[in-house]
Amino acid sequence: MTTKTLLASAAASALLIASGPAFADCPIKVGVLHSLSGSMAISETTLRDVMLMLVEQQNANGGLLGCDIEAVVVDPASDWPLFAERARELLTVNEVDVIFGAWTSVSRKAVLPVLEELNGLMFYPVQYEGQESSRNVFYTGAAPNQQAIPAVDYFLEELGVESFALLGTDYVYPRTTNAILEAYLLSKGIAAEDIFVNYTPFGHSDWSTIVSDVVALGAGGKQVGVISTINGDANIGFYTELSAQGVSADDIPVVAFSVGEEELSGLDTSRLVGHLAAWNYFMSADTPENEAFIAAWHDFIGDTNRVTNDPMEAHYIGFNMWVNAVEAAGTTDVDAVREAMWGQEFTNLTGGTAIMLPNHHLAKPVLIGEIRADGQFDIISQTEEVEGAAWTPYLDESATLVSDWQELGCGMFDTATETCVQLTSNY
Amino acid sequence: MLRLPRLACLCACLISLTVVLHPVAGRAQSTSDTPLQDVLQSVQAQVASPSRGTVPDVLSALLERDAPGTVEFLRAWQDRGVIERPEDGLFFFANETGGMAELTDIDSGEIVAQVSTRDVNQIRPNAGVRREINAALVQFELMNPDPARRIAALESATRSPDPEQIPALELALASETDARIAARMERLLDLLNARFTTDTATRVDAIDGLRGDISTEARRVLNQLLQTRSDFAQTLPEDANIARIRIPGEDMDLHAAYAVLSDADLFPPRPGRNAIRDVLRANVVNGSVGGVPVHQLNTDDNRVAAYRALQDAGTVPPLVTQADMEAAVAQYVFFDAYLEPDAAVTDAARDALDSTRTRIGAFQALSLSLDALSLASIFFLAAIGLAITFGVMRVINMAHGEFIMMGAYTGYVVQTMIPDYTVSLVVALPLAFGVTFAAGVAMERLVIRHLYTRPLETLLATFGISIALQQLAKNIFGTQARPLTAPDWLAGSLALNDLVSISTLRVGIFFMALMFLVLLLFILNRTRLGLEVRAVTQNPGMAASMGINPDRINMLTFGLGSGIAGVAGVAIGMYAQVTSEMGANYIVQSFMTVVVGGVGSVFGTLAGAGLIGALQKGIEWFNPTNTLAAQTYMVLFIILFIQFRPKGIVALKGRAAGD
Amino acid sequence: MVSTTPTDQPRPARRGLLHTNPSVLWFMGLLGLFTLGVSILSEGMGIGVLSTSMVKILGMTLCLCLIAVCMDVVWGYCGILSLGHFAFFGLGGYAIGMWLMYARTEIVIRDSLSGATIPPTEVEITDAVTAQIFGVVGSSELPLIWSFAGSLPLQLAMVVLVPGLLALVFGWLAFRSRVTGVYLSILTQAMTLALSLYLFQNDTGLRGNNGLSGLQNIPGALHVPQSVLSMWFFWASAFALGAGYLLFAWVVSGKFGSVIKAIRDNEARVRFLGYNVEGYKLFVFALTAVVSGIAGALYYPQAGIINPAEIAPIASIYLAVWVAIGGRGRLYGAVIGAATVSLMSSWLTGGGAPNISFGNYRFLWTDWWLVVLGLGFVAVTLFFPKGIGGLFDYLVRKKP
Repeated sequence: MTTKTLLASAAASALLIASGPAFADCPIKVGVLHSLSGSMAISETTLRDVMLMLVEQQNANGGLLGCDIEAVVVDPASDWPLFAERARELLTVNEVDVIFGAWTSVSRKAVLPVLEELNGLMFYPVQYEGQESSRNVFYTGAAPNQQAIPAVDYFLEELGVESFALLGTDYVYPRTTNAILEAYLLSKGIAAEDIFVNYTPFGHSDWSTIVSDVVALGAGGKQVGVISTINGDANIGFYTELSAQGVSADDIPVVAFSVGEEELSGLDTSRLVGHLAAWNYFMSADTPENEAFIAAWHDFIGDTNRVTNDPMEAHYIGFNMWVNAVEAAGTTDVDAVREAMWGQEFTNLTGGTAIMLPNHHLAKPVLIGEIRADGQFDIISQTEEVEGAAWTPYLDESATLVSDWQELGCGMFDTATETCVQLTSNY
Repeated sequence: MLRLPRLACLCACLISLTVVLHPVAGRAQSTSDTPLQDVLQSVQAQVASPSRGTVPDVLSALLERDAPGTVEFLRAWQDRGVIERPEDGLFFFANETGGMAELTDIDSGEIVAQVSTRDVNQIRPNAGVRREINAALVQFELMNPDPARRIAALESATRSPDPEQIPALELALASETDARIAARMERLLDLLNARFTTDTATRVDAIDGLRGDISTEARRVLNQLLQTRSDFAQTLPEDANIARIRIPGEDMDLHAAYAVLSDADLFPPRPGRNAIRDVLRANVVNGSVGGVPVHQLNTDDNRVAAYRALQDAGTVPPLVTQADMEAAVAQYVFFDAYLEPDAAVTDAARDALDSTRTRIGAFQALSLSLDALSLASIFFLAAIGLAITFGVMRVINMAHGEFIMMGAYTGYVVQTMIPDYTVSLVVALPLAFGVTFAAGVAMERLVIRHLYTRPLETLLATFGISIALQQLAKNIFGTQARPLTAPDWLAGSLALNDLVSISTLRVGIFFMALMFLVLLLFILNRTRLGLEVRAVTQNPGMAASMGINPDRINMLTFGLGSGIAGVAGVAIGMYAQVTSEMGANYIVQSFMTVVVGGVGSVFGTLAGAGLIGALQKGIEWFNPTNTLAAQTYMVLFIILFIQFRPKGIVALKGRAAGD
Repeated sequence: MVSTTPTDQPRPARRGLLHTNPSVLWFMGLLGLFTLGVSILSEGMGIGVLSTSMVKILGMTLCLCLIAVCMDVVWGYCGILSLGHFAFFGLGGYAIGMWLMYARTEIVIRDSLSGATIPPTEVEITDAVTAQIFGVVGSSELPLIWSFAGSLPLQLAMVVLVPGLLALVFGWLAFRSRVTGVYLSILTQAMTLALSLYLFQNDTGLRGNNGLSGLQNIPGALHVPQSVLSMWFFWASAFALGAGYLLFAWVVSGKFGSVIKAIRDNEARVRFLGYNVEGYKLFVFALTAVVSGIAGALYYPQAGIINPAEIAPIASIYLAVWVAIGGRGRLYGAVIGAATVSLMSSWLTGGGAPNISFGNYRFLWTDWWLVVLGLGFVAVTLFFPKGIGGLFDYLVRKKP
């Protein structure tokens, strides 16, 4: 890896000497494309703040390539077409060198064609459903094999779950994740009738019947477990109903992929103790890096009650990797930075090192935490670094696909036919 | 799972209970000062990073050696009170306070050191490991003098049943004094006997004892007895306990059946479209395959023809046709067999399960009706304010949802000031009424008063207020959902049995809705204010000439409707979530409730809410995997309903109907 | 009863039209000047002062103006406060989006399979296209409603037919049962709600919450840069707005216009005079739905993505807000309202506007814009019921 990085940066600097100017135009502009209003503002505003903090820190440390970094913040207002519009503005009008942004899959899919058309660069910080690898996006959140699959393994091996309820909000992330998990569970010998799937709308609040249905699965004679891809506010009603019906984590454990510290801060968690979440980061991770990060965050936001969460760490890693890649490349030019990104390493807040792979995903450890009464998580399992896979092997349509921008120069390479299916992404 | 060692040490363990109490005695005392630490070091890795797969080894090692303090250690271990010192791998009890851990020697009980939590490895057994430890501790806990511990032990035994618990339970049952716990023990013993005993007669007896039992535990045991596996054979095996025979082509897909056979290497696999293509690609000779030019291979027919040519030349395995598959499948019998070999047991279990079917169906219907009733009461609560402002006054108030939100935020603010949930609820309800009453009166005075003659414009103006209020709430409280926690007495649920239960909060909401209904009916029909309201809405001019001040009445009525929305907001906030957008989620539904029920009648709103709630649950029941579909079809139904009954369910007649 | 053939071609204006409506001439002139100006300033065709994203915003704004004109005809002239016209707009977008997505994916697939040793069968191509489009939403079968997605003419017909038919059926049911006033508004709102909930479902075959994306890439013009494509769409939008404006100016003038205005003012009286009120209303409702569908079909290729949130009831309420602010009952009012409010929203929430400092408190437009809009809207309803367009009346009346 390191030799490759060296080679890449050597190549990049050779290119630079040939092309002349060694310094980018000052200031270096970083676009922040997170919704500050509308339904997603709940989650995304925090990420805007983290980006402002990281930029401030970097400027305090002497900036980048001798320039100050300027954050250009825009508000796509949770409106998906507006994401495409704002991204185009950032790239063509504000001429930013990189974008940090998007949360929902649909907003990412809206931005993709613009990024690929204008050869922009974006860092996407949220766990997502995979099945994508764009030349112009670095995915710093978890792919399904870095969150969903390890969590299911944990259910199968550690909790002995044999009957699964996959509950999700009706949109692309739960749909695709559940499709992958169903295929995975079938491959693990779980019968199709032992997999119960349910989709609810965004912000759903009437959970009584669904929770009863899940409890009723227990009569089937098998240990029941719930895999929740329920998004956002709907979780509050869901967990309230769980605790009201007295479903304890010992009887029916629930593992959630979209519930972190931020979401739990809207809940009284004393009744949810023991339920699980799978992430690549928990605020309770006991490392010096994390302590410094939390202290800096509290200092920046001026409120010691604010929590940190997984997408924040993803931006932390992504931004620092980008800074290092720009320094290695000596320019903010997208193509040079992309090459310098492959193999970039940076210390995780939870210990260990994150590595940027040629498929534009990170190698990161997977953590599973149990909810504590104080709204934090007890980390009960932490794996070695798992390499993020863009394409899942468990679904037929992607079983033979791989992504490798470094060697193959293709994000959707079919190993069966030895051809690059397409250079742009499917959106 | 290592069952045998555990069984072997069972008696020793029971004796060791007394050993723990009398440290003088001892069978396995070694000469070492640190017997427990020694045992633990022999399974060091498994203790330091426990997993469900390895914990039985640790348990058997510990229980076998039976060093003093084993049970205490197990309890501390599963409570996450044990740490590992990385330098020497020794284990200590730890007491954590503010980043520091106080280490206690596990054998001597002496405090050894104070270290930073970062310098030691905290051991966090997961739920699966804890369940195993608990199951191992059952034997000790069943005799615990504390009844709560005995009940906990029974629960943990129910969760992870296991044959060795039978003798321990029998022993404990003999000395149990508490009648209720004894009953639970007997029941658990029945469940265990049904599942594990070797003697058929005892099992069938135990299973018969479960007839008609609709509890989840009982049905779980019965279903476990009835688990099957799918298999095939040339002739039906004599010794197997057959559950059902599958006939390919009828209740089993022919392709699936053939795939079973080809997976077992009995027949060649059937090449799919991709496999055929791959074979053809591998056999391209001079631009053609089996005589077919490559460029013509873009239809399935040509590909099959090329494949057959290759097959005739003997280069590829034969294509499996439908007839081939049928012939192959016909040679075998496909069946499901019970894992339980004893047919008498499975018959009894099936009988017992069948006997509960009707009752389960009835209770499920009851449960669904309760859910529908609860949903209806929530819709009613959300809409009842509108029943006044829209139903009685005919004012379209699009900001109604925002009044609900204001009420909920009032509840939240009160809760941040008064920590006791019950007291804060008592304070929040009238306060929410006050706040939204004031807001409603202000809105009526400033805006709506000027628009009484232009109802469509009221709709638009109040919509403007609605988006302004929503954004204002976002600016003040942030976009994050805020907690509004129900007090403990509202947090549980009322359960009739394992099938029918309803959360106390929903019951509370139901009674609140009922209370509002009565209150509103009383105000409108039995008070001076109600009389004046009806007079003003029916004929303001005449009412004014009778000495009623229509301005005042309109103001009060609107305030009342808004205030009720605020109180409803507190309830809805507890049940769902408090966000700036919560009102918007209810507004369209609330209007539909009022319109479907019949504008102008409180009973109409009640009927509307009932219809919508029942409808939604009914559709959900047909398609339980997709809640969104239920909502869609519910709205569609309402649209159609209004077309055919534009005045709603309870249509007012005569003068009161207006128009 | 007036025939309800969907009309997307402007009918030739009668001589009297421009006489009775001098504003039409003014409007067409200004629109022409504006189009010319944008073309000259654009990045793709002219001197490059206006960025491509700005051209797209302006093009989309023209489409919004067109649906605002529709809304004005339905509400300002005919008195039906429809809170569901964005449903028709969205359906038009979905109809064209299906073709855009399918055809583009098919090109990509054919390209990538063209190198294969064994040429692909048609079934393989369809399967691969399906996997590309629906793989991301966890499905692998092509839904029935996508049967015509490969054919541009058929999908273009759907742009007109689907909104038109929905409006006809819905309108027939609603007007027949004499649902009027606020009840009708709530009913139309329920219609959009039902449609958006329906589309939100993954199982309905239009990719659920994800919607259709990548619509800015036009099959057959994949190598035309967006700066040029954006101009094509801008012109198309300007032409559609001009044509639509003419069409509706013609519709609302003359006898037909008088009848629908009479229906707005007193429906019962018109009915007693022997007019088929339901027929008139149905015609206006369906015609505006069709034009809204066309506006949507032009809008979404510029936006790049369509998803069910676009159809949510709130969008249609905003539409009413635009028309009210611009001034009901005058077509140019609707255009002014839609253009002003949507461009201001875009400018103020885009971070382009300067924030104001009040001592310690910073007034952020992104935070306060909606509050200002909401209250401003209340003020307009209370104090300027004629909207911005009313100012013109005031000026015109003052001159002579």
